[in-house]
Amino acid sequence: MSGADQSKIKRRQFLAGAAAAPAVAAVALNGSPARAQAASVPAVPNAAGEVNPPGEATPLPEGYTCGSDHMVDVLKALDIEYIASNPASTFRSLQESIINYGGNSKPEFLTALHEDSAVHYGIGYARITGKPMAALVHGVVGLQHATMAIYNAFADQTPVYVIAGNSISEWTRRPGAESAHASIDQAQMVRDFVKWDEQPPSLRDFSNAAARCYQAAVTGSPGPTLLVADADHQEEAVHPEHMEQLHVPRMGRITKVGADSGVVQEIADMLCNAENPVIVVDRFGTSMESVPLLVELAEALQAPVIDTRGRMNFPNKHPLNHTEIAGPTLRAADLVLALEARDLFGMVNNLADTVERNAVSRLRPQTRVVRLGTTTLSQRSNYGASQRYAAADIEISASAEATLPYLTEAVKRGAKASFRTRGERLRMATSGLAEATRVEAARAWEASPISTARLAAELWDQIKNDEYTIATECQFQSYWPNRLWTMNHYYNYLGTSGGFGVGYNAPSAVGAALANRALGRLTIGIVGDGDYMMQPGVIWTAAHHQIPILMIIHNNRGYHQETMHIQRMAARHNRGIDRAHIGTAINEPNIDYAAVAKGMGVFAEGPVSNPVDLGPALRRALDVVRRGEPALVDVVTQPR
Amino acid sequence: MRSIRLLAGAAAILVPILIAGSAFAADAAAGEEAFVRFGCYTCHGYEGQGAGTGPKLAPEPLAFDAFSTFVRQTSGDMPPFTPATLSDEELQNIHAYLESIPATPDPASIPLLQQLQ
Ligand code: HEC
Ligand SMILES: Cc1ncc(C[n+]2csc(CCOP(=O)(O)OP(=O)(O)O)c2C)c(N)n1
Ligand SMILES: [Mg+2]
Repeated sequence: MSGADQSKIKRRQFLAGAAAAPAVAAVALNGSPARAQAASVPAVPNAAGEVNPPGEATPLPEGYTCGSDHMVDVLKALDIEYIASNPASTFRSLQESIINYGGNSKPEFLTALHEDSAVHYGIGYARITGKPMAALVHGVVGLQHATMAIYNAFADQTPVYVIAGNSISEWTRRPGAESAHASIDQAQMVRDFVKWDEQPPSLRDFSNAAARCYQAAVTGSPGPTLLVADADHQEEAVHPEHMEQLHVPRMGRITKVGADSGVVQEIADMLCNAENPVIVVDRFGTSMESVPLLVELAEALQAPVIDTRGRMNFPNKHPLNHTEIAGPTLRAADLVLALEARDLFGMVNNLADTVERNAVSRLRPQTRVVRLGTTTLSQRSNYGASQRYAAADIEISASAEATLPYLTEAVKRGAKASFRTRGERLRMATSGLAEATRVEAARAWEASPISTARLAAELWDQIKNDEYTIATECQFQSYWPNRLWTMNHYYNYLGTSGGFGVGYNAPSAVGAALANRALGRLTIGIVGDGDYMMQPGVIWTAAHHQIPILMIIHNNRGYHQETMHIQRMAARHNRGIDRAHIGTAINEPNIDYAAVAKGMGVFAEGPVSNPVDLGPALRRALDVVRRGEPALVDVVTQPR
Repeated sequence: MRSIRLLAGAAAILVPILIAGSAFAADAAAGEEAFVRFGCYTCHGYEGQGAGTGPKLAPEPLAFDAFSTFVRQTSGDMPPFTPATLSDEELQNIHAYLESIPATPDPASIPLLQQLQ
């Protein structure tokens, strides 16, 4: 056999048997692949696949199929709806199987312009659906691009199913790119912040590994997982008989685990006997059930709820919602029930950004704290995502959502007459809030740049009758949507990134919009200019796949958060703060976000800097979104 | 991206303030410029309306003494500004600017806010 002939025998032979590939030893399903691959090493080394065009295709022997078809069967069994990906040779066989063998449906292939957005799409999607979608990333370099998004998902306890290609065998991969994109232990770079990773050693091992990754992603404290799919396994020629032997997993229903009845009764007694129990909540609202469950508990107990907005947890206009008056409410507490409170320390302490970094407790010394939630289950070494250690008097590592029905029942059994008067007092405390908030919103009403309150009010005017999601974090808009709009359902607001990695908002909002499309819901993203420019291509993906979303650029022409940091440092160093824009402003030239979006085929408006023009611009954009397309509005805003 | 607020008229008002025995006529227009140049707007908004990053400063700012004491001596979330980086005159101008900001409109007169229950 000549060198040229030999080079055609690349991957793909191992299950094929001797007849199909005479130069290669036969391999049984359970056998070790006797890779007679020395024979397939080209006499003259090839340049890599990504430099040169792929070599001449050798058709599969009659009746044979490929390993990646089996992988598609597995993904279908896991009910993965979408797989977002930036195309790459380490999974070329799998991609081809998805689009042809799998019919490009369940999973459907979404074209991502960056691996970071491919993973971030999964975060927004999972927030709406509660289940993972997949991101398919290139060996090594694709995963390197994806890492921050994986970290955000981890820190936020959100399941994302990441699959990375690889070419682990030195004998079958080509020199150049194929080798550079191979790794013995690829998962090493994300192992500290995935819940599980696995690189199945053979095609036969793929299914169990895939099922385990899925199970790990959604069980207990959800999170991202990584499955490494070797290109050799994808490209293996599989005899039909062997195909039947390949196992396709079945996923049963996976339930959330609640606390045991003894401790539930114990906390219920504590809550009923407390004078001023306070509920603080962060990442609780993850399903249609969660918000009503918390309302029922708060009302049964007549206790105030302080929502730190890691999710949409509790109706924002409910009279027991004390979020806006958290300080006095926490100081009055004698018992705090913290639900899904990842950053318990931060919820009950103030820590000013001063040299001393002195923490001041927001609680009185004798106040007891009970934490109920899955956040402690996600604790891992090395990174600070689990936040500063804070001791609760009772720590219950169980799903708050699964526990609440029983806890509320026990509270109802122990209810006291005094609850009613407490409730009246608590309601009184919030009765003036709506008007006070309106007064605040009226300030700088006519200002240009446009105030973030005005932006929120103009938007609400046009979406108030819609089933809507604001799919982005709102703290950089001073939480105006959370304060002004009416939010009653978990999907109205999706919470925060968890890992604080900028570049989260735009892509995860598109992921949420993807999930909402099937539900007929309107999706809005209000995205910082800095955040948006991390992944401006997400709007193209939305256009390409007809994902309706209203993307609003909160354009304060800079990395405003960082401007404030530089100001602090300059003031601390007594040097004046007038140069804090250096390295933090995004101007000179100003970016024309509408032009950028139009260049990607997307309807866009802006820059809008006169508040009078904002309503009409939003209306025109929403018309487009309601027709099923994305639209972008660039709004020049006050910093916060 | 300076403010194009509708305050141009008010901004021209000169507010006399007495310091150290000498009369200094604080200049609201210069104050508006200083409010931006010294970065007060970043945490408090261009009109001192307040935000998640800093409380409202206007309308009705603190009396100048309290205002000045706070800006000079604060040791909490806001960075302090010493006379070396922000002169007394500039601080007075800033105060004059904040004083020139008209009363907040009644939210009842803004239909978009009225519908927010
Ligand atoms: C980096 C953010 C930041 C910058 C820049 C900043 N402030 Fe502040 N300011 C704050 C915060 C936060 C508070 C509340 C601090 C507290 O209560 O300890 C505050 C409070 C104040 C107060 C007290 C308000 C009250 O009613 O109690 C005044 C006055 C004030 N700032 C003026 C200024 C002026 C004038 C400038 C510019 C020279 C300025 N600030 C720049 C963040 C900032
Ligand atoms: C990946 C990453 N890079 C940098 C930062 C630091 N950072 C935090 S907030 C911020 C500003 C983001 O700009 P934008 O989205 O426009 O928000 P703004 O603060 O201007 O409102 C930056 C750069 C980060 N958190 N993550
Ligand atoms: Mg910005």
